[in-house]
Amino acid sequence: MKRTFSIGGVHPHDSKISRDCAIETLPTPGTVYISVAQHIGAPAVPVVAPGDKVKTGQVVAEPGGFVSAFIHSSVSGTVKSVAPRADLAGKMSMTIEIQVEGDEWAEGIDRSETLVTDIPDDPKAIIEKIRLGGIVGLGGATFPTHVKLSPPPGSVCERLIINGCECEPYLTSDFRVLLEKGEQVVVGAAILRKALGGVPCTIAIEENKPEAIKHIGEVIARLNFSGIEVMSLKKRYPQGGEKQLIDAVMHRQVGSGALPISVGAVVQNVGTALAVYDAVQKGKPLIDNVITVTGNSAPRQANFLVRVGTPLSFILEKAGGLPEGDLKVISGGPMMGRAVANLESATLKGTSSLLLLRPEETLRGQEGSCIRCGKCTDACPMGLEPYLLNRLVKAGDLEGLEANAIQDCIECGCCLYSCPANIPLLDRIRLAKADVLGVIRARAAAAKAAASK
Amino acid sequence: MTQLVIWTIVILTVLGMLLAAILFAVAKKFKVEEDPRIDDVEKAMPGANCGGCGFAGCRAFAEAAVKADDLDSVYCPVGGGETMKKVAAILGRQVKEKAPMVAVVRCNGSCDVRPTVNVYCGSLSCRVKATLYSGDTGCSWGCVGCGDCVGACQFGALKMNPETGLPEVDESKCTACGACVKACPKAVIELRAKGPRGMREVVCCINRDRGPQVKKACANACIGCGICFKTCTHEAIVFENNVAYIDYSKCKLCRECEAVCPTGAIHGVGFPKPLDVEAVKARIAERKKKAAEAAAADKKEEEK
Repeated sequence: MKRTFSIGGVHPHDSKISRDCAIETLPTPGTVYISVAQHIGAPAVPVVAPGDKVKTGQVVAEPGGFVSAFIHSSVSGTVKSVAPRADLAGKMSMTIEIQVEGDEWAEGIDRSETLVTDIPDDPKAIIEKIRLGGIVGLGGATFPTHVKLSPPPGSVCERLIINGCECEPYLTSDFRVLLEKGEQVVVGAAILRKALGGVPCTIAIEENKPEAIKHIGEVIARLNFSGIEVMSLKKRYPQGGEKQLIDAVMHRQVGSGALPISVGAVVQNVGTALAVYDAVQKGKPLIDNVITVTGNSAPRQANFLVRVGTPLSFILEKAGGLPEGDLKVISGGPMMGRAVANLESATLKGTSSLLLLRPEETLRGQEGSCIRCGKCTDACPMGLEPYLLNRLVKAGDLEGLEANAIQDCIECGCCLYSCPANIPLLDRIRLAKADVLGVIRARAAAAKAAASK
Repeated sequence: MTQLVIWTIVILTVLGMLLAAILFAVAKKFKVEEDPRIDDVEKAMPGANCGGCGFAGCRAFAEAAVKADDLDSVYCPVGGGETMKKVAAILGRQVKEKAPMVAVVRCNGSCDVRPTVNVYCGSLSCRVKATLYSGDTGCSWGCVGCGDCVGACQFGALKMNPETGLPEVDESKCTACGACVKACPKAVIELRAKGPRGMREVVCCINRDRGPQVKKACANACIGCGICFKTCTHEAIVFENNVAYIDYSKCKLCRECEAVCPTGAIHGVGFPKPLDVEAVKARIAERKKKAAEAAAADKKEEEK
């Protein structure tokens, strides 16, 4: 009996139509636009000025706080400007514009293909290298990896889970990485294991990727690494969610508002493991990632290795150009991805895919009345009651929302997906989540002020 | 049978009298003394319970008004001066006159002048749309057009104009309760003084981007050229963040800013006659000429 998480979830068709497309290295564009807000937490602070010459892999922005990350130039060339630029949603964010000249790499980066399997002994040194490599979680949340690898005092890590579920339909970048860079991923997992004090490691892959499961199993046997196992999971969305994956692999439930480390788990994505390998073994910071270009109306399916900061229009052009007619471009998967309003925006470290959908594939139906069928409650993997939250949002009852654990929502979209009345449940919950967070923060600030008096 | 009826009547009568006595005693013992003026004030209120005054409803407003030392801290925007006068009469206090306000939509980027760059197909709510992205036009500041303000208005004073894609305020119905101001995620709607006989000048744009970018996004936008600021002789125009704003407390309604605005972002509302641009421009030129002559004369005198 294969494992999966215990409550909720939906079964969208996996539509992995780009699964057989090998990773192609995309040429560098003429200009890259590197945002300084590519991760959760404080934006990085630019350390270059217009006119500066930079090399590939050179630091261009330093962390702006503890939860923040280094950002490196993904190309060599001249810095043209450091100014706000519209991101994929059209909102302004500070961006470093670099005009590409040649491809000269910074010193200390090993660009050879040889696999380095000797792992450094000192966990602290490993974490420092990961920090300097600007590595963030590539599963979507882009949380700085070095922070995740430094558990707060008093908490003990018991298992490292490498997340190879890729439960979002269409996406195949993690799958291709597992197939083509399996060795590096396994060594990366071994490094992460070491950084956490030698805990056992599980590489979790959904059963719809049997080639990857077989390949990783062979790689582990060939490299003769102990403490790393591969686990096949039932296919179910959102299994790639941190809390759902822990439930599936370890049968432990992370409590409301708690972190995964509270049940002894640390989850890292396959892409992150590869980036960790590059940073620790090869000295190569996070300057490129694999991006899937897919969709039924895409001119061709592809998995590209793309430098961070490449304009989306350049990638689409290399994939055969945009087809005629109306089209929706989504950055990320169809369930949690964001619609792209500005094709001139550039990729970020966490960009996983460009999904092209026709209007008829994306249009929502007319919103009807809630018929209390309870499908959303059955689908919610966090055990929430979306129909109830929707009612409370409409009534503006922030206290009621907080009492009903709205902050536990992971915004996976299962409620919206399952609702037969087309109620925009997630849209409303997401807004109210921000409001409730504001209330919680204001209360904490007030309590702090009272305590200091 | 007769006996049963008699007994029923007797028992119920006794029971009724007993309970009445208890109720009477309890009502006497636990009587809540309430200022009778609260009821009077509540009756004088419009009774919309809209919350525009900042209190939970008309009753809460009445309680606050009776409790407050003076009437400066409470104001019913819906009833306005009339209601406040009535309240003041009941409470035997003075009330300061407040200029009547009205909701103003500070965006005139209608569909024909603000090119659409993408199509939104998500949930029809301005707040949802505004959190998702900058909007379906090149302007990330203006009205996103899903009509949250229309839904928020309890007085039916707002409606979307399908031709322009912008909300329109029916001034006869608007009570300046401020619900639309709170509902608008882009802060496009503002409460402004209605102005003498409903006349006022408004900059119908809040785009803070730089001129060339703004011009590309919307033909009716304020491009931050500053001509109005330089022309205004009453210091009524605040020019900050690449956008002009007219301070209604200082504006003398001379309409010069409206005449010189190159994009038509400044709107004159409620004026009886349409603006004669040439006449106003001639007046400005005349004034400038005189000022130049005076300056030249001053210079000559200094030289002497």
